[in-house]
Amino acid sequence: MSEPIKELTTKERMAIPRHEMPRQEAMERRKNFFEVALGYSAEQAREEAERCLQCKKPTCIEGCPVEVRIPEFILALRSGDMPGAVQALKSKNNLPAICGRVCPQETQCEINCVLAKKGKPVAIGRLERYVADWELGQGVIPPELPPPTGKKVAVVGAGPAGLTCAADLARMGHQVTIFEALHAPGGVLMYGIPEFRLPKKIVLAEVNYVKSLGVELRLNAVIGKLFTLDELLDELLNEQGYDAVFLGTGAGLPMFMNIPGENYNGVYSANEFLTRVNLMKGYLFPEWDTPVKVGKKVAVVGAGNVAMDAARCALRLGTIRALEEGSELPEVHIVYRRSRAEMPARAEEVENAQEEGVIFDLLTNPVEIYGKDGWVSGMRCIRMELGEPDASGRRQPVPIPGSEFDMDVDTVIMALGTRPNPMVFTASGGLERTKHGTVVADEITGRTTKARVWAGGDIVTGAATVISAMGAGKRAAADIDRFLRGE
Amino acid sequence: MYEILEKEIFSDVTKLIVVSAPDVARKAQAGQFIVIRVVDEGERIPLTIADFDRAQGTLTMVFQEVGKSTMHLGTLRPGDALASLTGPLGRPTEIEHYGTVICVGGGVGIAPVYPIARELRAAGNHVISIIGARTKDLLFWEDKMGTVSDELIVCTDDGSYKRKALVTEPLKELLEQRDNVARVWAIGPAIMMKFCSLTTKPFGVPTIVSLNSIMVDATGMCGACRVEVGGKTKFVCVDGPEFDGHQVDWDLLLARQRIYLPEEKLAKEKFLAEHQTCAR
Ligand SMILES: Cc1cc2nc3c(=O)[nH]c(=O)nc-3n(C[C@H](O)[C@H](O)[C@H](O)COP(=O)(O)OP(=O)(O)OC[C@H]3O[C@@H](n4cnc5c(N)ncnc54)[C@H](O)[C@@H]3O)c2cc1C
Ligand SMILES: Cc1cc2nc3c(=O)[nH]c(=O)nc-3n(C[C@H](O)[C@H](O)[C@H](O)COP(=O)(O)OP(=O)(O)OC[C@H]3O[C@@H](n4cnc5c(N)ncnc54)[C@H](O)[C@@H]3O)c2cc1C
Ligand code: SF4
Ligand code: SF4
Ligand code: FES
Repeated sequence: MSEPIKELTTKERMAIPRHEMPRQEAMERRKNFFEVALGYSAEQAREEAERCLQCKKPTCIEGCPVEVRIPEFILALRSGDMPGAVQALKSKNNLPAICGRVCPQETQCEINCVLAKKGKPVAIGRLERYVADWELGQGVIPPELPPPTGKKVAVVGAGPAGLTCAADLARMGHQVTIFEALHAPGGVLMYGIPEFRLPKKIVLAEVNYVKSLGVELRLNAVIGKLFTLDELLDELLNEQGYDAVFLGTGAGLPMFMNIPGENYNGVYSANEFLTRVNLMKGYLFPEWDTPVKVGKKVAVVGAGNVAMDAARCALRLGTIRALEEGSELPEVHIVYRRSRAEMPARAEEVENAQEEGVIFDLLTNPVEIYGKDGWVSGMRCIRMELGEPDASGRRQPVPIPGSEFDMDVDTVIMALGTRPNPMVFTASGGLERTKHGTVVADEITGRTTKARVWAGGDIVTGAATVISAMGAGKRAAADIDRFLRGE
Repeated sequence: MYEILEKEIFSDVTKLIVVSAPDVARKAQAGQFIVIRVVDEGERIPLTIADFDRAQGTLTMVFQEVGKSTMHLGTLRPGDALASLTGPLGRPTEIEHYGTVICVGGGVGIAPVYPIARELRAAGNHVISIIGARTKDLLFWEDKMGTVSDELIVCTDDGSYKRKALVTEPLKELLEQRDNVARVWAIGPAIMMKFCSLTTKPFGVPTIVSLNSIMVDATGMCGACRVEVGGKTKFVCVDGPEFDGHQVDWDLLLARQRIYLPEEKLAKEKFLAEHQTCAR
């Protein structure tokens, strides 16, 4: 039972150990797609919240791209004022149940927590998740909206950037329509990040919150095809005639290695594999119609969040099948050309993957995929070593001559990163882009080189994080609001 | 949304639907396709826009029941609605004044060839159309194709109607007889497009095919639809669906179309079993 509230001394607070996240046991979770992290109990949350020192200068906030009022929501939480905690959190973050689950806290808010200097930081992300889940359990009450301004904004893409921008604009009284290419909103949250890390009902609950603000969501609307960007802006062509457009179409174009054999059956882009599994619910085939195939020996090339997600999905699909068939458990490898220290994935997810049994082949790079009768039958790799640091300070991997070897695999998933999809730019000029295909936009305001068009999220930065996309959506909303008010 | 307004049954397995989709109809062009889901749990499947009516705000699709999704679609009736419809997708056909052109439609491929033939004719081309099917029952739109063609050749594989021939036979004859054929379009099963391309190759006549690789998003995001054309990897949904048939790696396309055969069989059997119990 939790103690009655009493003021603890700093020393007492610092003596409380950080609360581990209760999780499904590793062998158990390999067999299902249920959420791995189970969430704090009320008591665990209260006790973890007691660890926060309520710093006068809360450095933690500096690490958060949307500047969540961290000490404030934590104080409300531990005082038992849950509605107050929700309010403090949501004043800065429209999608806290998502961020609490997928933010790379260890490099953002938590690394900046004073406690991180001497020991373990306050588990800010887990507390955020706790508060957000409490609110979802209660039924979310939408905030009161100001009178309508009569201005219309089109948001392209229903990922975290677009949803955040739309929610903020709606809260400022503007009329917002989101155009989304897929049949479901959420962007990567829906098609990329798996159910066991971010349940889709959480994403849909957060989307419903955005809709409850009066935002119209138009699914199955591919901008560049159904309407061009210019048409959205043009009152003559489009009776709607939007006053401003925000582009949040992400970086959804998959990259391949351009090595021989990449088009054999059994080679997937991570995007295809994850879309089949998550958006199309391939793990529920044949109850759901979309199939997905995983062999007995899978290689996932890359070591970002995308690679971890693909590896863990493959591991689950393979394990479930093996148990059904009574056959051998599958082998899933992460093949990465650099070393562990350079792996871009969230630390927690690398740990989770390892616990579940994913095998890491580091300093290894594929050079060719072999096939037999049209199907993958093996992959030739070369060993790498880290050379001198380059201009960016990163040590570049270089192949070790003569170190080629063959991996016996029947499925290969390429998780090499993504670029912005150029579809949205079709037949619309005046928008400057970099040589990487990203849109040039002001870092603070999100303004592009085209009048009345803003952009933010992965479309500007290239593949980044949920919270940075949300931050960009927020800043753009603020600037669009200034523009619409004629300031 | 996406209500089925009309339905026509051409054969046991070939059906036509007219769907309400005003925004898509406004933008649709010959050669483009849409992606639909029949139900919420359904697969995203591509279908070519066989006709569109901008004033009525409708799209017409003809489909052949080959597996679970298309069979399920076949059970819908006017008044029912699709779970989703996205489009228009893919690049439109490049319509120009070429001179004399041949449009070949095989089986359900007759449907996508129709708007192409119509636009080519409207652009002043002399349009010769060849349509064919395995057997008489599978043939449709002979009349419609007639109205958009200067010449029309009809054949069936088994000779049950008009000429007994594969479409490649009249195609070859035409190319031998006339030296002014500027371009050929061939749309149908991959194997038919492959052989049409092989037929036209010795004559050096540019041949456009519409590839039907397996798709998921159909917006360039997943790479499921990739094919090799001229030794380069292309995504059919955004770079196509039309390509130079002489450059396509047909064996790769055919292999990739078969990735999910066991799963498709399972889904189909499950659907048929459930469907029969319902009917009883
Ligand atoms: C598998 C995976 C795992 C990840 N894990 C994490 C993680 O743990 N933590 C983290 O912080 N980040 C993670 N990321 C990164 C993070 O998800 C992205 O940085 C973030 O989603 C970017 O948001 P966005 O709104 O810019 O774009 P997206 O989420 O990509 O959304 C863009 C939306 O725009 C739509 N769209 C695209 N083109 C058009 C068009 N022409 N017309 C209409 N709509 C269009 C797309 O369908 C999509 O819905 C992960 C990414 C992936 C792929
Ligand atoms: C651009 C394009 C346009 C098309 N236009 C038409 C059309 O106008 N009329 C028509 O009848 N058919 C058309 N097809 C083919 C049609 O999409 C498939 O027949 C349909 O997806 C089969 O689904 P199913 O569940 O009924 O059968 P399944 O049993 O799932 O599959 C049967 C076969 O269809 C192919 N297929 C399966 N899933 C897909 C998928 N998601 N995308 C593409 N192909 C798949 C495979 O080769 C498979 O072996 C088109 C395909 C493409 C790519
Ligand atoms: S939004 Fe992310 S970075 Fe900000 S406080 Fe929450 S978990 Fe930390
Ligand atoms: S820095 Fe850490 S201890 Fe200080 S207020 Fe932030 S979370 Fe609390
Ligand atoms: S279908 Fe996904 S990229 Fe073409």
